[in-house]
Amino acid sequence: MNGAQILLECLVREEVDCFFGYPGGVTLPLYDALYDHPIKHVLVRHEENACFAAEGYARATGKVGVCCATSGPGATNLVTGLVDSMMDSIPIVAITGQVSTKLIGSDAFQEADTFGITRACTKHNYLVKTLAELPKIVHEAFYIASSGRPGPVLIDIPKDVFQATGHYTPVDTIHLPGYKVFTEGHAGQIRRAAQMIWEAERPFVYAGGGVIASGADGELRELVEMVDMPAVCTLMGLGALPSNHPNFVSMPGMHGSYAANMGISNCDLLIALGVRFDDRVTGRLAAFAPNARVIHVDIDPAEIAKNRIPDIPIVGDVKRVLQKLNRNLGEMKGEHGSRNTAPRAAWRQQVRDWAKEHPYDKSRSETEIKPQHLISEIDRLSAGEAIVTTDVGQHQMWTAQLVRFNHPRLWINSGGLGAMGFGLPAAIGAQFARPDKLVFAIVGDGGFQMSIPELGTIASNGLPIKIIVMNNGHLGMVRQWQELFYNNRLSSVRLDCFPDAEKLAGAYGFKGRTIEKPSELADALDIAIKEPGPYLLNVKVTQFENVYPMVPSGGAINEMVLGPPVPVAV
Amino acid sequence: MLQIISVHLENKPGALLRVTGLLSARGYNIESLTVARTLDPELSRMTIVCDIEDRLRAQVIKQMNKLVNVLQATDLTDAPAVNRELLLLRVRSPQESRTAVLKEAEIFGARVVDSSVDGFALEVTGDPEKLDEFIGVMRSYGEIEVSRSGVVGVSLEGKKLKLQPPVLTRAAAKLEEVDGVLNG
Ligand SMILES: Cc1ncc(C[n+]2csc(CCOP(=O)(O)OP(=O)(O)O)c2C)c(N)n1
Repeated sequence: MNGAQILLECLVREEVDCFFGYPGGVTLPLYDALYDHPIKHVLVRHEENACFAAEGYARATGKVGVCCATSGPGATNLVTGLVDSMMDSIPIVAITGQVSTKLIGSDAFQEADTFGITRACTKHNYLVKTLAELPKIVHEAFYIASSGRPGPVLIDIPKDVFQATGHYTPVDTIHLPGYKVFTEGHAGQIRRAAQMIWEAERPFVYAGGGVIASGADGELRELVEMVDMPAVCTLMGLGALPSNHPNFVSMPGMHGSYAANMGISNCDLLIALGVRFDDRVTGRLAAFAPNARVIHVDIDPAEIAKNRIPDIPIVGDVKRVLQKLNRNLGEMKGEHGSRNTAPRAAWRQQVRDWAKEHPYDKSRSETEIKPQHLISEIDRLSAGEAIVTTDVGQHQMWTAQLVRFNHPRLWINSGGLGAMGFGLPAAIGAQFARPDKLVFAIVGDGGFQMSIPELGTIASNGLPIKIIVMNNGHLGMVRQWQELFYNNRLSSVRLDCFPDAEKLAGAYGFKGRTIEKPSELADALDIAIKEPGPYLLNVKVTQFENVYPMVPSGGAINEMVLGPPVPVAV
Repeated sequence: MLQIISVHLENKPGALLRVTGLLSARGYNIESLTVARTLDPELSRMTIVCDIEDRLRAQVIKQMNKLVNVLQATDLTDAPAVNRELLLLRVRSPQESRTAVLKEAEIFGARVVDSSVDGFALEVTGDPEKLDEFIGVMRSYGEIEVSRSGVVGVSLEGKKLKLQPPVLTRAAAKLEEVDGVLNG
């Protein structure tokens, strides 16, 4: 066996069934080994998208996503995806080719210091120097990527290591003496947390991506139901609690719901689960949950007290901790459960009233397709069951607000990094992971134009992705900020040339269409999802619609702007 | 105020950069840094002196502890610890002050490592403040040139280093599971 074959053997043992990549000079031996290997390699059209697709795969399944690039430009093209998966804690193993060991450091053709470049954007990275250490490194990489707080791990493999011959000796154990994974949570702290929950009159759950990463959705639901308390899911946590759950109060933060932000601002106990008190959620930190005691559960000790000092810190895997917490709550219920039933019920009602008072704007128009109308229609078709990826911008926020997710791992977006160009390749990865699922890629006309090359990947693999372009003729989110904070001086945000969708899709051999009348919308979407193959639907929407509610940056989250200023008569 | 951080890490390529990268990524300037092998040749101990805002200190240490190659990072700033630095100093001294220089060196416990007609090269260890003083004194005798090692520190608390135990690879864990089922 050569190094390339040994690498593939390691991937098989890590249960990799497919990965996304792009070949080049130094990875030739690897691609030669792939030629007749059962692992499927998906040829994307740009390495950045290989990483985004691997993320889509990982986000849809919870398994490690794998991507591959050649040395030099291939490796540098991966960087955005690596940062993205780092920010959102997505398990990725990235394999890059490197020039032969004897050429390293000589400015050889397509040499780049990948190990150095990716140090800051990976959870860990490796430069393999001999074939002997390759298997150990690959298994370590998978373990590091998927355990603890997940993240990307990169393995840089020189060409001569791919070519060297040797044997695969099974690796049974991984020994990383400094790699600490805290899972269990402190029993005493968990008990105190249970007590604090029963003592609270206005408890509120703030659940994030960590709940999904740890597979704790069932435990979250049990917790919320046992105490009958309201819960929000962050942008990364949508689907952790089903959107149709009576206790679910949407998303908090900059474009979160009125009820979610008011709930956080007025609760007396905030139960923060697998979240990182991100600035897009908290707004002005000093005014975030100002009257609340805080229980913070996270697997990463560095997240505890990073932005908010909790009253009860619990370092552990959310699932394990919630199992114990729920058990404690159950045991104490007899004694304490009835203590605050009246104030808790009033609180539940209060949050429900807030939700009723200021629901999300779903207004429609007779003459134009409003973005909210488009997204609501997709929600109707999905009914909480489709996989929905988005790009970054206004359409992303409206989708997070208006589309329901009845399960985890249906909602896939670039949360922490906000990387435009994510939506389409992520949908590719998700569709490979879940061929049984209806997959929508909702993208802006800006972000879509960053990923048009991937139409080739979609077409050549016959992926039945429904690409919905929310086309407002602008870089909508930036335009919104220019309108609101820069005197509407619209600078370089107009996108006045967009390809004809029918012709563009047609050029790739599938169907596409452009619509602009509200009356066409429902039918057009129906046709798109009935089409057995891919479909590109370009929907021209109102150009100057803004996303509300909106917490201006640096504001307190209960100081939301709920809608456009009402014109005052003079 | 300057912080002194002691880091016990694996002696592997890139490990040092990962630690210092956490500081440079946050815009902190490293005042001094020493690193060398420990008794166990697979491990190194590193002492970093750095100016970190008080409220971010704990965060930086936690981030260091998260690094795969780091066994333990500890803040020695306010902990019981001994911190020492080595200084090599060359002083050009005219004939008439040679005796005085030697006398002064003796007071500071410095050793003469080289002597020539132009002056001396001296070696002295101590805490950084003592070295500052020594430099001040020597400067008064003539032109000097110095090279400092940076601080090395050791905690006086007998904390045992906790190493993580090995874990099974996915394939091995699976085999074990199957074995378990087969053998009840
Ligand atoms: C790679 C990248 N470049 C720039 C930005 C800044 N940015 C955030 S939203 C946005 C506008 C996106 O426009 P579009 O894709 O049309 O979506 P819309 O906001 O109109 O829904 C831009 C440019 C970004 N997030 N990512």
